[in-house]
Amino acid sequence: MTPDAIVDARGQRCPLPVIELARRLADVPVGGVLRVLADDPAAAGDIPAWCRLRDQEFLGEVPVEDGPAFDVRRRH
Amino acid sequence: MAHPGYFDAAAAAPLHPAAREAMIAALTDGWADPDKLYTQARRARQLLDAARAATAEVFGVRPEEVFFCASGTVACRLAVLGTLRARRRVGATLIHSTVEHSAVLGAAQAHVSSGGTALPVPVDRVGRVDLAEFAAALASPGVAAAALMSANHEVGTAQPVEAAARLCAGSAVPLYVDAAQSLGRMPVPPGWSVLTGSAHKWGGPAGVGVLAARLGEPWAARWTPPGPEAGSPSLPAIVAAAASLRAAVAEADADAARLRPLVARIRATVAATVPDVEVVGDPDDRLPNLVTFSCLYVDGEALLHELDRRGFAVSSGSSCTASTLRPSHVLEAMGVLSHGNVRVSLHRETTEAEVDRFLAELPGVVAELRARSGVIGL
Repeated sequence: MTPDAIVDARGQRCPLPVIELARRLADVPVGGVLRVLADDPAAAGDIPAWCRLRDQEFLGEVPVEDGPAFDVRRRH
Repeated sequence: MAHPGYFDAAAAAPLHPAAREAMIAALTDGWADPDKLYTQARRARQLLDAARAATAEVFGVRPEEVFFCASGTVACRLAVLGTLRARRRVGATLIHSTVEHSAVLGAAQAHVSSGGTALPVPVDRVGRVDLAEFAAALASPGVAAAALMSANHEVGTAQPVEAAARLCAGSAVPLYVDAAQSLGRMPVPPGWSVLTGSAHKWGGPAGVGVLAARLGEPWAARWTPPGPEAGSPSLPAIVAAAASLRAAVAEADADAARLRPLVARIRATVAATVPDVEVVGDPDDRLPNLVTFSCLYVDGEALLHELDRRGFAVSSGSSCTASTLRPSHVLEAMGVLSHGNVRVSLHRETTEAEVDRFLAELPGVVAELRARSGVIGL
């Protein structure tokens, strides 16, 4: 899947990747997908947890060349 | 109050007066080598035997089924590896929940490194082990032992030890229960084969771990008592540990009746006064003295420092620091937010006034940290 936008949070420690996700998802149209590149070990748990708390759709971790990436679909 | 703002009993509870008194008496009276054959040694031996008998009584075992060792971590390691060794002829698989203490997971890792197998059993959102998965794991070939903690050290959720013990008994698998957080706070659930605790969690001195093993059970035929790797705690520390365990158990119901409503107040007030907070763990079936929550967009270490500056000692499972690269494996396994995490654990000296001061200051602290990083309204 090609995301509508990509945010690069690599090298950032928690909670910064989740803050970036929250900021940038607002710029994606409803139904669109934001990809978060994040290599902080906390991101793998915190991104789906944020989606649950904010009622956004966590699509899962996606294999990309430049390290861990997580796709989120904007629901509202 | 002797330790105002100290809310980290799950790491180490303030010394119980019974421990202090027993320790001082034993330092005076029990300094000789209990293994020698003269009057002073006999006095030391009597103190040690009395401590062992008192501890055995609390656990409902015989004195020769109680072993003292150098720490809670050592006790966990002896319990896991000792039970597996006794069951070597049956198999080499250890079942454990994903939220066990790192001391238990470390022993499981050592078992795997030496060629054994570990089967982790997942937990639900509140951190309770999935009993269906636990039963399925027990049906695997070559299961030597199972490990399930009495209650979780990070989120407080009580585990279904009694039900797990019934499943284990049905498969003739010994169940090891790490009771570090619940000893002296809640009754020990029945059905365990091996149990461990750590004295400084119940108000005893640091440096005393205790292991109890039901050696009359069939699996224990090949049990070998812990050797020199157990370390030997000082005799006065053992005496103090036993005295404070007995006192804590005697006071447990009264302490729980006082602390449980304070924990409930923290859970309700934090959820109501701090925006974007996730209170984690089971709301009811839990330790009476511990509560955990995570604040969205907040750096856990910054939160700890800010609370410390205001006189509150709490702990965090967050990894927003240079010292720990991974977030808490417990929060990860539950699938809850790991950043901005705070664990508050109360003890027998905690007062309502201290808790109310914490609750009054927390919302401002969180708001200030959020304002500093510009995340208000996100």
